[in-house]
Amino acid sequence: MPSATAPPDTGSAGCVLDRDGMGALVRELRARGRTVIGPTVRDGAIVLAELESAEELPYGWGVELEGGHYRLRRRADAAAFAHSAGPQSWKNFLHPERVRQWTADRGPDGELTVRAEPPAAASFAFLGVRPCDLRAIQIQDRVMIGGPHRDDAYRERRTGAFLVVVECTEPGATCFCVSMGTGPAAQPGYDLALTEVLDETGHRFWARAGTARGAEVLDSLPRRPADEATQDRARRGVAEAAGRMGRTMPPVDLRDLLADTLEARRWDDVAARCLTCGNCTMACPTCFCTTSEDITDLTGDHAERWRRWESCYDLDFTHLPGGSVRTSARSRYRQWLTHKLGTWWDQFDSSGCVGCGRCIVWCPVAIDITEEAHALHQESLADRAGAADGAP
Amino acid sequence: MTAVPLPYRVLDNRPETADTHTIVLRPVGTALPPFSPGQFAMVYAFGVGEIPVSVAGTHHGDLTHTIRGVGAVSRALCAARPGTRVGVRGPFGTGWDLEAAVGRDLLVVAGGLGLAPLRPLVRAAASQPRDHGRLNVLIGARTPGDLLYREEWQDWGRPYCQVTVDQPAPGWRGRVGVVTALLDQAAFAPHRTTAFVCGPEVMIRATARALLHRGVPARHIRVSLERNMHCATGHCGHCQLGPLLLCRDGPVVGYDRAEPLLAVREL
Repeated sequence: MPSATAPPDTGSAGCVLDRDGMGALVRELRARGRTVIGPTVRDGAIVLAELESAEELPYGWGVELEGGHYRLRRRADAAAFAHSAGPQSWKNFLHPERVRQWTADRGPDGELTVRAEPPAAASFAFLGVRPCDLRAIQIQDRVMIGGPHRDDAYRERRTGAFLVVVECTEPGATCFCVSMGTGPAAQPGYDLALTEVLDETGHRFWARAGTARGAEVLDSLPRRPADEATQDRARRGVAEAAGRMGRTMPPVDLRDLLADTLEARRWDDVAARCLTCGNCTMACPTCFCTTSEDITDLTGDHAERWRRWESCYDLDFTHLPGGSVRTSARSRYRQWLTHKLGTWWDQFDSSGCVGCGRCIVWCPVAIDITEEAHALHQESLADRAGAADGAP
Repeated sequence: MTAVPLPYRVLDNRPETADTHTIVLRPVGTALPPFSPGQFAMVYAFGVGEIPVSVAGTHHGDLTHTIRGVGAVSRALCAARPGTRVGVRGPFGTGWDLEAAVGRDLLVVAGGLGLAPLRPLVRAAASQPRDHGRLNVLIGARTPGDLLYREEWQDWGRPYCQVTVDQPAPGWRGRVGVVTALLDQAAFAPHRTTAFVCGPEVMIRATARALLHRGVPARHIRVSLERNMHCATGHCGHCQLGPLLLCRDGPVVGYDRAEPLLAVREL
C-alpha cells in the first residue's frame, strides 16, 4: 500500500476547522502544487472535478437516490458533504478511462523503437473521499500494484495522491457500507479525516491526521483544538449514519453464497431485466477491466497502444478464435456479480464490493445488487430445505 | 518487461501446416527473461495488434512460436518474413512444472495446435530421461495435414510416440480416431503418472476424464487452458475463469482446479 510516510501520533483529539478552515485547506493543497479534486454541483449531479476553491463544494445540496434514480435536492442546512456517491468515483482519476501506454515507431530499415509513456506528474489531492470509496481505492491498489506485475503509471498517480476522507453522516437510500464493513467511519489509509458537524454551535469539521504529511497540512491551517462537544457530535453523527443504511446484504458469507449458486434460477430472472449495458461496471469504484487498442497514424510507421475501460458485459470481452465464451446475458450478469462478491476474494483477497450503491443508482432498469444477493440467498435456502425434505 | 514490448526480429519462418507457421524470434537488443515450457508471450505485429502465444521452443534468447493464422494479428505473424521486427512481452503465466514430476511416469497428450506448448516440455523430458519414469507422447489432429513437427518426432528419441487423426487422408496408414483411444496403448502406472494435456477444451475434458477413470490423480493431470489473455499482467480482467485469472494463475493448472470450472457453461 502506498504510504508517503509513517503515520504520526494520531492519538491526539485532532482539531476543528470551520468553513474558512475548509477554504484554507483547499488553498494550502493548491499552494503545495496539488490538483484538488472534490465534489461539486454540475449538470444536475454532484460530480468530482477540479476545485479552485472550497466555495465550489456542494454546500447546501443533497441527493435523492433510488434504483435507476438520482436527483439533486436542496437541503435545509448548508452541509457540504451530506450526499452520497455520485456517478463518478476516484478511479476516474487514478485509473482513467483512456491512457496511452506506449508509442512505437518503425524506421526506414524496419527497425522498431518502442517508448513507454512517461509517467504524468500528477499530484492530486482528493477532498471528500467517503470511507467506502477509500476502501475502493485500496481494492484497486491490490489489483493494479499488488500483484506480480505492477502498473507503474497507476502507482505514480496513487502514491502522489493526498487523501482527505470525509466520514459519512448522510447515507443514501442505496447505501450498504455497513454490510460490507467499509463505513461509515473512516478506516486507516487517509492523510486527513474530517467529520462534518452542523448544529446550533455552528458549521465545522472535526479533523484528524493519518500521516505525517497530513499533520503538516493540518498544522498550517487556521484551526482550534477539538472540544469534547464537537467530537461527541461527530461520533454520534457517524454512529447514527450506520443505523440509517438504505440497503443491506444478506448476513451470510457472500463468497460461499456466490460459489454455491452458479446454476441458480435467479440468474434467468435477472437476465430477463439486464440490458448488459455495462453502466454498473463504469460507475463501480472497483471495476478495473480494460481493453487495449493498437492504433497507427496515416504513415503506418507510428503506432500507439491505448488502454481504455472495458466492461465484462461486452460480448467481445471473452473473445476467442472459436467465439465468445460468455454470450448469454445470464452468464455476463453472473460473471459480474460472482466476481464482485465472490471470486474477487480468490483473485485479490478482498471483496470487490464496498457498498457504495452506485451500481443500483446508475442501472437504467434499477437492478439492485443487494436484492439479487438476497434472492440468491433465499433460493439457496429453499433448495436446501427442499433437499432436506426430500431426503429419505 | 511486462508492459512494453521488446523488439525481436523474425529469424526464421516455416510453414507447419496449411494455416500454421512456426516462427523463430531473436532479440534485437535485450532479451526477455527465460521462458519455462508452458508459459506464454504476448507477440505484437507492428501496427496490427498483439496476441498471446505459448512458447514452442526456447534456445538461448530465441523464442519459437507456432501460430495458426485465424485473425488479423496471427495472419500477420504467419506472413512475417525473416528480418521483420515484432514486439514481445513476457514471460507470462504458469509453466508445466516438469520439476514437480521427478520420478513419475510422464504422459503427454496433445490435440492439434496443443502440441506447440508441449513441444519444449517433451524436449526437456527426453533430454533428462533419468529424472523420471516412462515418457509417453500421444498426439491427435484433425487430419494428417494438421500434424505438427512430424520431422522432429524421431529426434525426440526415447519417448513412446503415438499418433492418431480424426479424418484420414489418402496415404495415411496410421490410426484414425480420437486421442483418448491411444491411452490403451501407452504404458504408465496411473497412480505415479503426471499427465500434461493441451488441446481444444472438449479434448482436454475427455482426456482428463479418461485419465481419472484409469486412476491418475486429478492434481497430477496438468492442463493448459485458453481464455482471452489480453494484457497478460492480471489487470484487464478478460481471462477470468471463475476464481482464476488465467494469465496469472494459468494457463497451466491442475485438473483438480479446472474440472469444476469447466463443468459450468459460459463461466
